[in-house]
Amino acid sequence: MSKTDVVVTGLGATTPLGGDVATTWSALLDGRSGISMLPEEWHESLPVHFAGQIAQEPSEKLPRPRLRRLDRTQQFALIAAQEAWADAGSPEVDPLRLGVVVSSGIGGILTILEQYDNFREKGWRRVSPFTVPMLMPNSPAAAVALEFTARAGAHAPVSACASSAEAIANAVDMIRAGRADIVIAGGTEAAIHPLNIASFASMRALSTRNDDPQTASRPWDKDRDGFVMGEGAGILVLESAEHAARRGARVYAHASGVGYSDDAFDIVQPDPEGTGQARAITLALDDAGLAPRDVVHVNAHATSTPAGDVGETRAIRAALGDAAADRVAVTSTKSMTGHLLGGAGAVESIATVKALHDGVIPPTVNIQELDPEVAVDIVRDKPRDMPAGDVAAINESFGFGGHNIALVFRRA
Amino acid sequence: MAHSEQEILEGLGEIIEEIVGTDPSEVTPEKSFVDDLDIDSLSMVEIAVAAQDKFGVEIPDEQLKDLKTVQDVVNFIQK
Repeated sequence: MSKTDVVVTGLGATTPLGGDVATTWSALLDGRSGISMLPEEWHESLPVHFAGQIAQEPSEKLPRPRLRRLDRTQQFALIAAQEAWADAGSPEVDPLRLGVVVSSGIGGILTILEQYDNFREKGWRRVSPFTVPMLMPNSPAAAVALEFTARAGAHAPVSACASSAEAIANAVDMIRAGRADIVIAGGTEAAIHPLNIASFASMRALSTRNDDPQTASRPWDKDRDGFVMGEGAGILVLESAEHAARRGARVYAHASGVGYSDDAFDIVQPDPEGTGQARAITLALDDAGLAPRDVVHVNAHATSTPAGDVGETRAIRAALGDAAADRVAVTSTKSMTGHLLGGAGAVESIATVKALHDGVIPPTVNIQELDPEVAVDIVRDKPRDMPAGDVAAINESFGFGGHNIALVFRRA
Repeated sequence: MAHSEQEILEGLGEIIEEIVGTDPSEVTPEKSFVDDLDIDSLSMVEIAVAAQDKFGVEIPDEQLKDLKTVQDVVNFIQK
């Protein structure tokens, strides 16, 4: 039985590089860094003084009374979803055929921490009555469902930094299963707070390059010393190709294949052999009915950690085989955005889709000396044209817990 | 400390604007919170706590459900 063809018809994002897809995309092509200094008063207590903070505050887009009852993850998700929906042409769809899959890796942790402060300082009556619907990890999905009256189901798969890639994978599955004609899919994260920075720093996961923050996120550089925390959201409108054709929608790309695996190796360390990562790629290509030679580009997970980046390139080589791996152009847009955690997979899927659509691959910046262990061709410093024709690109996302997701997009 | 009806109305107007975004000119004595001002029960809790801070009068939960209109709250605070 042939699978339902699923296409991408709308894109929306709010990131450290810009308040929408157009600004974010042009910054990615320019090789611009979205990393900035954290508030001065945080510096003394933390070993990390910078992060990928959102370029445009939600208060510029949403009215104040709405903001107060939405966690920052929900605010980002709504802003990105509004853009994606408008970009898709605000489709007319039966609410019972419209679904939502929107993830957050961590959930409404800023709400939890702020309300805990309220509770400790002022007592239970000063805890906001909206605390629970703001802190729930499903709250961004629920807010988007409410905004667009999506009644086919609203889901929020959680798999740490793979969450929003998994959301897109689940959305493709949802359309293929016949449960929806359109799904609003993606992810969001808003976790920049001293406690969270301390938590990642205490596991030695973060870069501490305080003297040069904009070059701190340097995937595959020999001297990379950890990732840079970011915040933001990415949302895609996914649609059955049949539904999109019927309404004459503009199609960015096909969402052709999804691959899931888990390392079951260690709670945080990726399997150094990259076996599980490679399996996700292989499964996604099989699911898409494509061969390794069809793949011309990979938007990698590569976060700038010593442990992860190189292993991923080995996994790409193992999955694609030498002939295809020699020709694939690999990049990490995290070198500019920082790591958006539960928002990463969606923002990077948008970059992957835009690369296919516009025929140009954004670079990886900040590689001063390439790690000699890197096993694939990295697009460095300047964007690179993508081959014409019927080609495919892969977005990879991995999360603590050993979660691996590979998504295959094919040029429309 | 006693508050005049006008003070309370203005104060409530500010609170309601802050919490649900309603224009303060809409907050007039005869208005029902639920039917006219479209304020839900969770927002009502926030409004009650904010009113307590502003006017120094505690509104117990069992009273809150009986305060249907703006005038009801004004009367309660003045009492």
